[in-house]
Amino acid sequence: MLKNDSFANVLYIDLTEKRFWIERREDLFNENIGGSGVAISLLHEECPENCDPLSPENPIIFAVGPLTGLFPLASKTVAMFKSPHTNNLGESHCGGRSAIAIRMAGYGAIVIRGRSDFPVYIAIHGNKVYFRDASALWGMRSSFTAGRIIREKEPGEGLRTIMRIGRAGEKQVSYACVTTETYRHFGRLGLGAVFGSKNLKAIIISGKRSLPVVDNKQYKRLYSDIYKVAVSTPAMKKYHDLGTPQNVLPLNELGGLPTRNLKETRFEKARELSGENFAENYLGRRIACAHCPVGCVHIAVLRDPYGDEPYFYKTSMISYDYEPIYALGFMLGLPDVPSFLKLMDKIEVLGLDVMSAGVILAWATEALERGIISIKETMGVEFKWGELDQYLKAIDLIVEQPNEFYQALARGVEYASSKYGGKDFALAFGKNEMPGYHTGPAAHLGYSIGARHSHLDNAGYSIDQKVLTKKSLSPREMAEALISEEQWRQILSSLVICFFAREVYKPEIVSESLKVAGFELGIDELKEIGKKIFYEKYKFKFREGFSFDSLRLPKRIFETPSPLGKLDEGYMRSVLEHVKEIIK
Amino acid sequence: MRLVVVDSERCVGCQSCMFACSRSHGEAGLSKTCIMVRSVGGMEYGFVIVVCRACENPSCIKVCPTNALSRRGRGGVHLDISKCIGCGNCRDACPIGAVFWDDEINKPMICSHCGYCVNFCPHGVLKMEKGEGRHA
Repeated sequence: MLKNDSFANVLYIDLTEKRFWIERREDLFNENIGGSGVAISLLHEECPENCDPLSPENPIIFAVGPLTGLFPLASKTVAMFKSPHTNNLGESHCGGRSAIAIRMAGYGAIVIRGRSDFPVYIAIHGNKVYFRDASALWGMRSSFTAGRIIREKEPGEGLRTIMRIGRAGEKQVSYACVTTETYRHFGRLGLGAVFGSKNLKAIIISGKRSLPVVDNKQYKRLYSDIYKVAVSTPAMKKYHDLGTPQNVLPLNELGGLPTRNLKETRFEKARELSGENFAENYLGRRIACAHCPVGCVHIAVLRDPYGDEPYFYKTSMISYDYEPIYALGFMLGLPDVPSFLKLMDKIEVLGLDVMSAGVILAWATEALERGIISIKETMGVEFKWGELDQYLKAIDLIVEQPNEFYQALARGVEYASSKYGGKDFALAFGKNEMPGYHTGPAAHLGYSIGARHSHLDNAGYSIDQKVLTKKSLSPREMAEALISEEQWRQILSSLVICFFAREVYKPEIVSESLKVAGFELGIDELKEIGKKIFYEKYKFKFREGFSFDSLRLPKRIFETPSPLGKLDEGYMRSVLEHVKEIIK
Repeated sequence: MRLVVVDSERCVGCQSCMFACSRSHGEAGLSKTCIMVRSVGGMEYGFVIVVCRACENPSCIKVCPTNALSRRGRGGVHLDISKCIGCGNCRDACPIGAVFWDDEINKPMICSHCGYCVNFCPHGVLKMEKGEGRHA
């Protein structure tokens, strides 16, 4: 990397002592690039073995990449922490303005330690850090209000990110999210609960600076080339037009859409909840993350009449994507867009991971249906497919946790099902609730072996759709295909390039653009670094008790046929054996 | 030719124009940008594009004590940096906040209507245009 690049600066913040300092860590960035690579190294440095994820010892680490601020689409921030949801590796990615703001404030990474003895929010403006009292914001009903108050009080408009938690984070629901810029999230694995445990309501970061490059002319030329590809490829266009919900109708047609807790794979109201219907009848605005020309963020308008006065409406703007539509729409059988938007809005106001929330509510619905739980536990909530009002009530109760049942739901489906039964239909992989693809064996294998149990770790669903529809893979080939994709994705997430742009940033382009930032890395070297980062993640996972032998595959996935037929448990177990052997 | 904001409602807030402006000044990053995109007050309500609108009778010129600013023939203002004393009157006078500041040399930065940013506006918000008439 370049000697004068502020990218090597790591900002350390100690919430207990209310102090901060900056360290040059060129070693860290030269070896691990940035993003995921640097974050996992810092997690090894900062996180004590077997620490309680909700204790002051658990660090929060943010990292961005060397291309952030230099090239388009390098616009994600990687957060790493020990997850209170899985009690293991917590990694979550978020866009909005977060990555640009961190880089423009003059940092490659931020480490937050300790716990404040009263609610605070941190304001980072360039090289100054302020600890502000957030007592008045704590306990506030809506995370939107907290964001608005901070927005009005702090400088840096247009150049800042505001990361904040809602009530769910304050109450340490293990899958509470952190919301940035109202519509983007560190969604998965409970970063919001870690914020809550530290009495940290929000972080605002702003800055405006120049970045060094090796050769300005070459930089401008390469930028224009990458930009042209980014705005003209069909692969990116689809994210701008319908956005991620363009998946709905094709997946429904194939029969790969997990519906009503994966009892079915087609939803009779799929057309109603399709990307087409959202876009044609509800889409109010499309917005972009900072330094991404695509603009994939879709925001719907909901007009909700107040019952007590005619022609009087509450108008809300609510973002939607494929995964939320899957988790609330299909998994819960919600019949129409307004019902989906109302439940989504409630979840946004309280600050929960929508994917986990939907899967947990789906499990509770089936558990009540089967009599495993009764309305005594649910405190009168009659969970039923498609019944919006019941789900709205349940979400409030999950956050407030008035009894043991809701305390269990606030810890996820793995925990709730180990307490009440119903494990066979508790759809979690590595304790993380499943994403919206029942496309074949690779999807579920992908969730199982991915370092953060996310569908974006290795895109197993894509192997189902692109490879397995044409030929079969031996267990060994499958294990290798998933692992090699995941290893390359370590490079993309270390550069913090949005995975939607993976077709733009092919290995040659990655290598070339890194040269501009002073990193001389050939394609083979990059692949080696990707491999190393992958192993560093697994090192952390094993250290914290992860084991392939205790990995649970929910029985439900073998009961409901996928587009590739019924899944073969023997084959999948065999793939896991190979993965175990490769990774060991 | 001058830069016009054709329709700010089409803006998705990607800020590619801001980065382009800095690049056109030979810098990566944002410190040398003369255009600013910020939300109206919550991204759901859209964006404001702050950039020199090439006024007929520019406020910034009127308050410059050293005549460092003058009208350009093709729209906008010209800064003669050798005359500028960095007093900041122009910045304070601009009603839309389109006089940006270069902290390194303590001098103003104002859009020169070069049009480089237009090439990097993916959704048709910005355009280069001839003649009079004002836009959004």
